[in-house]
Amino acid sequence: MRALLRRLGQLVAVLALVSFGVFLLVAALPGDPAAAILGPGRPPEDYAALRAEMGLDQPLFQRYFEWLGQALTGDLGSSTVPPYLDVSDRITAALPVSIELACLGLLIALLIAIPLALVSAYREGGLVDRVVSGGTFAILSIPSFLLGLLLIMLVVETLGWLPRSQWVRLSDSVAGNLEHAILPAIVIALPEAALFTRILRNDLVRTLREDFVLAARAKGMPPSRVMLNEALRPSSFSLVTVVGIALGTLIGSTVIVEYLFSLPGMGTLVVTAASQGDFPIVQGATLVIATLYVLINTGIDVVYGYLDPRTRRVHA
Amino acid sequence: MSTEVASTTQAPPVLEVVDLETRFHTARGVVRAVDGVSLSLRAGETLGLVGESGSGKSVLGRTLMGLIATGGTTEVSGTVRIAGQAVHELSGRQRRKLWGPKIAMVFQDPMTSLNPVRPIGVHLTDPLRLHLGLSRRAAKERAVELLDRVGIPDPRRRLEQYPHELSGGMRQRVMIAVALSCDPEILIADEPTTALDVTVQKQILDLLGSLARERQMATVLISHDLGAVEGRTDRVVVMYAGRAVETAPTTELFAAPHHPYAEALIGSVPALDAPPHTVLRAIDGTPPDMANPPVGCRYAPRCNRAQDLCRDQMPLLLDTSPGRSVACHFPVSVALPDVPEVPDGANEKETV
Repeated sequence: MRALLRRLGQLVAVLALVSFGVFLLVAALPGDPAAAILGPGRPPEDYAALRAEMGLDQPLFQRYFEWLGQALTGDLGSSTVPPYLDVSDRITAALPVSIELACLGLLIALLIAIPLALVSAYREGGLVDRVVSGGTFAILSIPSFLLGLLLIMLVVETLGWLPRSQWVRLSDSVAGNLEHAILPAIVIALPEAALFTRILRNDLVRTLREDFVLAARAKGMPPSRVMLNEALRPSSFSLVTVVGIALGTLIGSTVIVEYLFSLPGMGTLVVTAASQGDFPIVQGATLVIATLYVLINTGIDVVYGYLDPRTRRVHA
Repeated sequence: MSTEVASTTQAPPVLEVVDLETRFHTARGVVRAVDGVSLSLRAGETLGLVGESGSGKSVLGRTLMGLIATGGTTEVSGTVRIAGQAVHELSGRQRRKLWGPKIAMVFQDPMTSLNPVRPIGVHLTDPLRLHLGLSRRAAKERAVELLDRVGIPDPRRRLEQYPHELSGGMRQRVMIAVALSCDPEILIADEPTTALDVTVQKQILDLLGSLARERQMATVLISHDLGAVEGRTDRVVVMYAGRAVETAPTTELFAAPHHPYAEALIGSVPALDAPPHTVLRAIDGTPPDMANPPVGCRYAPRCNRAQDLCRDQMPLLLDTSPGRSVACHFPVSVALPDVPEVPDGANEKETV
């Protein structure tokens, strides 16, 4: 219980640092928000007046605490670009798309990677191992936009298996949503699957040389049980770390895939806002993404405790 | 050249090994880790397998079980019969059925032989449920009994604990309980005390001994520690460079070793009654390169009795008296019987 409280304390400290970092970064961005809103060719007093109205003439720290205070109540301000929508609303609309893409993509990646890694490691250096190793290497070397384009051409244009339609919300229609989400999720999944396969396969190979695997075999355990019950869990630590990082990263960095499939996700939101000088959106979205990243990685630490009993009770 | 052990001819052997060879194909050539070993073991008998590191003891132990079998870069020939079944002719599935109920192994290092992410309990209940088909509850009860039998206090609580929460000696007791779980006929203990504190070693060996007696288990005790073997085994096979160089009833071997290597091994055991600062006797030189062993007797380069014959011709394991045999051209303290010369490459049979 005390360990848990300490964890929470650490979490709050990290989040405070993250929010300040985000704020500083956006504040340091080149360009004057007032100029971006009003456009060029106005008298200087107009810009100054707008800056004062937006609070930009205040000292940095004061602005930070005001922004943070509002952010904590869920108010991230409003966009500086017409139609001046609420930042929170924009994020609430975009975030589910990104989270769904990232989760679905990683799920597909794991469903591909875990079996492949298990069969590769079972016969290290065997035919399957070599084919998988070559295949993962090939996929890792293809840029994701190319992969996406090829898949669109094949599945949507040539085969016509999936519709070329607007994004359907998960809450509107599960099937309709999946029809639109599955292809981008696969594009996201493939390179991750290749990476996961290589990481897990290498750790499995190392684990299989351990004495306890020999001891488990000597009990008469069939190979499938040795792989699944004995070897998989102690081999999964690196994989879990990488999956955690991937999940955190993917939520904000699937711009290319979102663009290719015209998906209204976080990547599109941030990139568009940044190019329009819409700093409240950039600031708010980055804060949300960074917070999610920190939360996910805290979750991963909890998963470690489940996977490896040796890391439990260390602080207790 | 078959040697019947005089006293126990009534029961058929539970373990029979004939001309066993284990070869590893490595980048440096073929390594004959086990090179033509034969032995047999009856219920209740304890056999000591001694030799230096690298003499092939552990590989022999694993090949006996079938844990090392032909496949990949490994090649096994000869016969191992466990309870009448030729282990190396069985399918993988059939062979695994032997592991637990027929033959089981205690491993060298208890610190690494238990899965760190699985609680003690499942190490025990897995084989019970797999081989004996026990229910979850029944397997757990049996696991408690087993832990209790190997001297682990508070066994019910231990089931939930993880390996890192137990000491080395406790972990080795768990490994012994795992090996005993399906009541095997044969127990192979591969250097079971090497990784443990000296104070714990005796306890573990005593435990193994009493369990073997109580269950009439045939036991193979693999060790480089002659002290552990003396007084705890009925017979001893001394191995050198993958071959059995001497086999004898334990008491006779320690009283009068015939092979110069056995003599040197026994001579290098420090004596408790030796005066302080007595220089320990060591065997000069190192074991041969197993990818490229010497032509004649493999011990010849280190042997103080070696003559030209030893360097040219490999001595065969021949009987000297009932139950004793030695592979040496010039054995220590033995009147050589008239042995006909065996041509090179003849099929050597060595039965212990």
